[in-house]
Amino acid sequence: MTDTITVNGTAHPMPDDPRVSLLDFLRQHIGLTGTKKGCDHGQCGACTVIVNGIRINSCLTLAAMHDGDSVTTIEGLGTPDEPSALQRAFLEHDGFQCGYCTPGQICSATAMLEELAANWPSDASESLEGRMSISGEEIRERMSGNLCRCGAYANIVAAIEEVAAGGKS
Amino acid sequence: MTVYFKQDEPDTSNRLDGMKQGVLGKSLSRVEGLAKVTGTAPYAAEYHIDGCAEGVLVTSTITRGEVVSIDRTSVLSMPGVIAVVDDEKMSTRAAQGTANEAPMQGPRQVCYWGQPIALVVAETFEQARDAAKHLKVEYREDAAAPLDPHAVEPEEQEDETVHQGDLAHAMAEAPHSVDVTITTKGHASAAMEPHAAIAEWDGDKLTVHASLQMPNYNITELADALDMEEDNIRLISRFVGGGFGSKLGLSEEVVAAALAAKQIERPVRVVQSRQQVFQTVMRRSETTQRLRFAADGEGRLTGFGHEALVSNLPGETFAEPALQSSHFIYGGENRELMLKVARIHLMTAGSVRAPGEAVGMPALESAMDVLAEKVGIDPVELRLRNIPERDPEKDLPFSSHKLAECLKQGAEAFGWQKGVRKPRQRREGEWWIGTGMASASRSHSIAEAKARVTLKADGTALVETDMTDIGTGTYTILAQIAGEMLGLQPDQVLVELGDTRHPRGPGSGGSWGASSIGSAVYIACNAIREELAEKAGTSEDRLELADGRTAAGQTLADLLQGKDISQEGHYEPGAIEDDFTAAGFGAFFAQVRVNHYTGETRVDRMLGAFGFGRVLNASTARSQCIGGITWSIGLALTEALEFDPRDGHLVNCDLAEYHVPVHRDVPDLDVLLVEERDGAASQIQAKGIGELGMCGGAAAIGNAIYNACGARLFDYPMTPDRVLAAMPE
Ligand code: FES
Ligand code: FES
Repeated sequence: MTDTITVNGTAHPMPDDPRVSLLDFLRQHIGLTGTKKGCDHGQCGACTVIVNGIRINSCLTLAAMHDGDSVTTIEGLGTPDEPSALQRAFLEHDGFQCGYCTPGQICSATAMLEELAANWPSDASESLEGRMSISGEEIRERMSGNLCRCGAYANIVAAIEEVAAGGKS
Repeated sequence: MTVYFKQDEPDTSNRLDGMKQGVLGKSLSRVEGLAKVTGTAPYAAEYHIDGCAEGVLVTSTITRGEVVSIDRTSVLSMPGVIAVVDDEKMSTRAAQGTANEAPMQGPRQVCYWGQPIALVVAETFEQARDAAKHLKVEYREDAAAPLDPHAVEPEEQEDETVHQGDLAHAMAEAPHSVDVTITTKGHASAAMEPHAAIAEWDGDKLTVHASLQMPNYNITELADALDMEEDNIRLISRFVGGGFGSKLGLSEEVVAAALAAKQIERPVRVVQSRQQVFQTVMRRSETTQRLRFAADGEGRLTGFGHEALVSNLPGETFAEPALQSSHFIYGGENRELMLKVARIHLMTAGSVRAPGEAVGMPALESAMDVLAEKVGIDPVELRLRNIPERDPEKDLPFSSHKLAECLKQGAEAFGWQKGVRKPRQRREGEWWIGTGMASASRSHSIAEAKARVTLKADGTALVETDMTDIGTGTYTILAQIAGEMLGLQPDQVLVELGDTRHPRGPGSGGSWGASSIGSAVYIACNAIREELAEKAGTSEDRLELADGRTAAGQTLADLLQGKDISQEGHYEPGAIEDDFTAAGFGAFFAQVRVNHYTGETRVDRMLGAFGFGRVLNASTARSQCIGGITWSIGLALTEALEFDPRDGHLVNCDLAEYHVPVHRDVPDLDVLLVEERDGAASQIQAKGIGELGMCGGAAAIGNAIYNACGARLFDYPMTPDRVLAAMPE
C-alpha cells in the first residue's frame, strides 16, 4: 500500500471519494485530459490507458483499485516535441479526423503490439499457439474495442502496420 | 478593411492553379495533428477553470405530459450538492441546424421520453451524478402520445412535391417497370465526444466552452434563449470531437450550464452522458420510401417516382429530405415525388451526416439494381444511360457533373465485371461472394462566410474565423489556401478557429464549410495581394509569391516595412445558387461475403470514386471519403435505433447496443478523387466531401448481398436475421 497512483512516472495521492473512476481521476483530479471519455461504460475505448503494461478501459475501473499501480497515458507516450513512433505514424497516415478517439487508439495500439510480440492469440489468429503474424486482420480484430466514429479505421490500420513492420512501437 | 464579394457568376479563372507556392491540394499532414495524437488538444470539457462546479442533467421518464413538482429537498442535503436548476429558460431539445433562434424551452412540458427537465449541480461529478439519480420528480402524464409514424395522418411537405406528366400511365405503358417499398431505420450521429459545456460569467458577460459545429448560429441561439445581447457572449469550440449533425444546433447542456452558472455564481461544467446524448440530441428519422420507375427497352427512364414518409416531433420544421438528389440525379419525364412527415412523440429528428441522401440514395440505388435486372443490362450501364443533360425538374444546367466519370473510373479501378448479372455465381465454403455498385449524389450547399487574414510584418500569416474544424480538416486547408495565395508554407500560417471573437464563418454542416470559408479566406488574401502588388510596384495578377518572396527576390518582410496588412474577406453566394443545379457525384463498388447458414455479411473490399470540385488537401479529403464509406457500411449492415413501442424510449441508447462499425467491420478502402473545377460551386471551385461518401454506399453493399446469395432485401440495415429470411432455398 502506497496510497498513491503513479502516472507517467509521477506519484499522485489517491482520491478521497471511492466512486472516482480511474478515467475521472486522470482527467479531473490530475489534469491529464489526453485520455478521453466517450461513453463511461467500457463501450468505446476512448479512455484506454496502460496499467502495469496492460491496456484497459480506465472508465471501467475505480481509481481506488489502483493503489501502487503504474499508469501510462497518451501524455506519457510522447509529446509534440518528441512523439512516439505510433503518434508520428498516425499523423503521417491521417489516422484520425476529430482526434477524440485518437489517444485511446494510440494507447491501445501501443499495448496491442506488445501483446502480438508476446504471441497472445486473438479471434483472427490461425492457431492459439506459436508465433503470431502481424496481419491487417489481426490488427483489426485486436483494435475492435476502439471505436472511431469519424471512420478513420483504414488509415489507423495503415499507421499501425507501418510501425509494426518497423519493429518499434 | 472588409472586402465583400457576392458570387453571381461562376468563377472559371481557377486563379489558385496559377499561384506559385504549390501547396494547395497536396496531402499535407494536419497542422493541429500533433496536438491530437499527443492528447494536448483541448476539447470543450477539458479547460481547467477554478471553482468550477459540476452539473448533471436529469431527464424525463414519461413520454408526454408535465412536470408537476420537483422535490429539491430529496437531494439538497446530499453531500456536495449545490443546487437543482429547473429554470424555465432551460432548453428541452437541441436546435435544428441553422435555426438561428432559441431552441424549444420550458422543461416542465414533456414531449418525449428522455427530455431534459432539470440540472443538479454539485462540487464533484460523482456527487452530482448520484444526486441526479435520486431527484424526486412528480409528473402528470398525458394519455395519447402517438409513436408510430404509420398510425397518424402525415403532413405533406409541399415544397418537395413534384407532379410532372403521368407516372402511372408511363408505368403501365413501359416495357419495364419497378415499384418497390424500402425502409430505413433511425440513426444516431454518435460523435465520440459527448456534448459538453463549461459556462462562466463575468458580470453580464458569458463565456462558454462548448462542442458545437456552428458557433456563428449557436451564439444567436444562445443569446435568444437567455434573452441577452450577442455582444455579451463568447463561444469557444476550438476542437470538436466529431459532430455529424449532432452539434449543428445549440444543445441542452449549453443553456443549462449558463443558467446554472448564473444561479450559483460559479462556473459550471455540464457533460451529457452517452445515454443522454443518444436521447436528447437528434435522431435521423426512420423512412418508408416507395420507388417507382418506368423504363423503355434499353433501360432509359420514362417515369420516375420517389415518395417518402419520415417523422418528427410536433413543432419541428425539419423533415428528413430523403428526395433531395432524386429531384435531379436521373431523368424520366413523368415524375411523382412527395415527402410526408408524421408527427409523433419520439425524440427530436434532425440532421445526421448527409441528411436526405444518406437514406434516400440507398433506397433509390437499391431500386435501380432491381431495374437493371429487369431490363437485363449491366447496372453501371443503366446509370450511364440515365444521366440527364439538365436538371429534369427545374430545367437548369448542372454546375458540373462527374457521375459518368466516377462510374467509369470506379468500375475500372475496382475490376467490375461488365454485363448482365446473375446472383450466386461464386461460393467459397459457407460463404457466397458477390459484388454490387451504386451511384453517389449529394446536393451542394454554400453559405455566407467571413474570415480575417493578417499578413504579419515578419512575413507570417494569421487566419481568424469562428468556423470550426470537426475533424474535417479546416485548420489545414485554410493554412493551405492562405499559403498558396500569399506564397507561404502552411506552417507559416497560424489558423485560429472556433471563437466567436473572430469574424463569423459559415459553421461546419451540410458539407459547405470548406468551400464557403475557403472562399472568404481567398477573398481576404486577394485583397492582401493587391496591397502587396502595389508595394512591389506591379499588378496583382503579375505578383508571384513563393516561400515568402516575390519572383524578384524581395521578402514579404521587406515589402511590409514593419507593418501588418489585415483584410477581412466576406463571401456570399449570389445568383450561382439559383442558376445551376450543383451536386457532388460519385460511385461505389463493393464486394461482400454472405454466410449461407448465418446470414452474416462481411464487406471484403469497397471503392468509392468521387467528383466534388477542387480537392483542397488530398489526404484530408480522402479521410472524409473513407469516413463516409465506413458510415455506409454501418447503415447497410448494423445501425438502427430501436424505440420501445409503448413509451417511445430509445432502447439501444449506447455504443454497446447501437452498432457503429468497428475496426474489423471495415476493410481497406479505395478512394478515387476525380478532380474537377466547379466555378459555380464556390469562388475556389470546390464543393464539399464530408457527406458524399455515405450517399448511396449502403446500396452497393445491399446490391452485392443480392449478387452474392440471391437474397433481395428492401429493409436497411441488412442484419443476419433479415438476410436469412430472404435467402432462397
Ligand atoms: S469511455 Fe471508457 S470505454 Fe468509452
Ligand atoms: S478521429 Fe473522430 S472518432 Fe476517431
